[in-house]
Amino acid sequence: MPQGLRYRILLIVALTLWGSLYLIPSFSPALPGWWPSFLPSHQIRLGLDLRGGTYLLLTVDLEKAVENSLDQYAEEFRRALSEAEAGIVDIRREGNTLRFSATSASDRTTVREILADRFPILEPRISAGSSSDIVVDLDSRQVEALQQYAVDQSLETIRNRIDQFGVAEPVIQRQGERDILVQLPGIQDPERAKELIGRTAVLEFKLVAEEGSTRETETLNGQDRDPLSGEPIRTTYTLEKQTLLSGDGIADARVRPSVDIEGPYVELILNNRGAETFEEVTGANVGRRLAIVLDNTVYSAPVIRDRIGGGHASITGGFDLKEARDLAIVLRAGALPAPVTIAEERTVGPSLGRDSIEQGTMSFIIGGVLVVVFMVVYYNLAGLLADLALALNILLLLAALAMFDATLTLPGIAGIVLTVGMAVDANVLINERMREEVRLGKGARAAVDSGYERALPAIFDSNITTFLSGLILFQFGSGPIKGFAVTLCIGIMSTVFTTVFCTRAVYDYFLARRRLNALSV
Amino acid sequence: MELIKAGTKIDFLRYAKGAYLFSALLILLGIIAFWYRGGLNYGVDFAGGTIVHVKFSQQTDAASIRAVVSQTDISDITVQDFGQNGDEFLIRIPKSETGAENFSNRIRQSLTDGYGPEAFDVQRVESVGPKVGRDLRRKGILAVVFATFMMGGYIAFRFEPRFGVGAGVALIHDVLVTTTVLLVADIEFDLTVVAALLTVIGYSVNDTVIVCDRVRENMRKLRRETMRTIINRSINETLSRTVITTGTVLMVILALFFLGGSVIHAFALVLLVGMTVGTYSSIYVASPVVLLWEKGATRQ
Repeated sequence: MPQGLRYRILLIVALTLWGSLYLIPSFSPALPGWWPSFLPSHQIRLGLDLRGGTYLLLTVDLEKAVENSLDQYAEEFRRALSEAEAGIVDIRREGNTLRFSATSASDRTTVREILADRFPILEPRISAGSSSDIVVDLDSRQVEALQQYAVDQSLETIRNRIDQFGVAEPVIQRQGERDILVQLPGIQDPERAKELIGRTAVLEFKLVAEEGSTRETETLNGQDRDPLSGEPIRTTYTLEKQTLLSGDGIADARVRPSVDIEGPYVELILNNRGAETFEEVTGANVGRRLAIVLDNTVYSAPVIRDRIGGGHASITGGFDLKEARDLAIVLRAGALPAPVTIAEERTVGPSLGRDSIEQGTMSFIIGGVLVVVFMVVYYNLAGLLADLALALNILLLLAALAMFDATLTLPGIAGIVLTVGMAVDANVLINERMREEVRLGKGARAAVDSGYERALPAIFDSNITTFLSGLILFQFGSGPIKGFAVTLCIGIMSTVFTTVFCTRAVYDYFLARRRLNALSV
Repeated sequence: MELIKAGTKIDFLRYAKGAYLFSALLILLGIIAFWYRGGLNYGVDFAGGTIVHVKFSQQTDAASIRAVVSQTDISDITVQDFGQNGDEFLIRIPKSETGAENFSNRIRQSLTDGYGPEAFDVQRVESVGPKVGRDLRRKGILAVVFATFMMGGYIAFRFEPRFGVGAGVALIHDVLVTTTVLLVADIEFDLTVVAALLTVIGYSVNDTVIVCDRVRENMRKLRRETMRTIINRSINETLSRTVITTGTVLMVILALFFLGGSVIHAFALVLLVGMTVGTYSSIYVASPVVLLWEKGATRQ
């Protein structure tokens, strides 16, 4: 036996073993107990189109994120002003700038002092319009930093919510400047998950405005229901604009069972700072109504009967158990720093995924069997060899997918079909060439030699061109096309290996043993 | 077994003029269909919008579903029969979900009201916003264009420039003719179809490479023959391979087409048409272009 051939056969055997090892976890229902931990244990990952699930691409509203942080600055500034016992300063946000209007010069000095002292990030400009105004804004670097922070924070919050909702193997990752990609495999109730993820969940406690009040007010919708029919009723509340306590003050949120007709409610457990503020606010406003506002909707506005210590509050609103549970999750996980919108959604129900797998596999097997039978009928033993190479090809391709932890999708299966076609084509090319050589009266060895030699350029050129297009697809493709490109590129490598390298080694083996006098092609 | 006997001598190029006319007519038909339909029928991937794929436990028809979902007050809903059994339908809304406007939930609710909760199953929801749709469309077009140029370039580099041009023309021809079929059959143009088109391009270039490879080889062997003879001979010599490969690939695709299920159906159809066109084009488009180039060169 020639020296090189031994190594070639060794390589083929080694790769076959390697491939089988990687595929055993995917095809056996449970790994045996003695399966050592250093051997591969994960299965081929199926895409959402095959196993069912939801894919979401969420876009964070960055403009709103910047506005929200400026609003928050304004809120903190108001607190600082009242501590400094300054006169009346009107603070307004106009787009990405804050405008402070104060009539007295001393108040303006106070504003400047507080700005320099506590808000070094805000750069004051002298307003061109009137001398009584101080305008501050953020430079582009600060805006960008705020936006990045908003996306990171949204990602973290969404991850928390999904973890608490309970989904196996979720994928949550940042994509590009402002998008967040979420994949929830095998989820049964996609609508509910969508609502849970997309909800901004900004919680605020605000006082209901008294008549004749001079403070800034706003009007928000309520979410009351008719106590008899359960139908929503349109109500509006006029509230003082200032937020007394926000979601930051919450340490925990729990669902409490129903005590009366209202249904279950959500109990809030406040953290130290929250509890302190809450006690202060309730103590100072006994007899007034405190509105609990979630995402600009008033859930309830109970009358404060007494100072409330102990750091407990509750949200009622005629929820059912699911709604109460989801509300508790979003309150625990925290608010999103800015609203998110769904830019892309793809949901595949579990039954469709199952059907796709079954039908896809079935049609693939039927097509494959037809091809395999045809090859043997048409090319005899050479056809059988091509079939074996094809089987090894698919084994290696699937094993590579398992090893790289790539995801197998429906277009990925299409990529495998294309691979099968390319593989069959390569062996057809070789076999046709060998037939030509045999017809010319060449012996077995000469026919194999020149058959392979002549077929090779065409096989390489066609596989390289397809590989190139696979790379382009990987670069430009998104989602499904990428999956197709991955299987295509891996498939081409395994195709060239099995159809050329492996089959040639088999011919050489038999030729070396002198068992092959005439080709069966 | 042998399907194409050795030493077949079909004068393929004799029919080249007829083939030009045939291809030109097909592409003209495509242009007319494009104009008549007012452009490509983009699916939600590219146009943006929402589709809800519903499977009913019993046969029903698009009109009655339309009547039920029109209760939702969502404007411009279209309902389209999907699959072959009359129990699967696509409900399409030209706008995308935003979270606030939960179309799929409203559709689901109206179907529950109209048919009862057990009578149907929502199999799939796809919703693509306008920005993502534009992005996908741009990427899809870029992928097809780049793939075409890259492959043409590779062939020009590996063979001769004229082969690259021939292969490029053949690829553009295949994309145009396959698109014509999509237009005539009114199939939605989405990501899956683009993936199929790219597969077709891959196969077609594969076919062209194999014919060109034989032409190159024969040019060295038969220096005295005319280009026309060489090309004719090369096509004949590779004919057996062309028939066997195309035949086996079509076997797999036919299996996918008939048994692969509704989701893969459009994909398989594009492949079916494209493979056939691709094989035809490597014989009747790529080689004659090489020959035309040759004629042009000798005349100068």
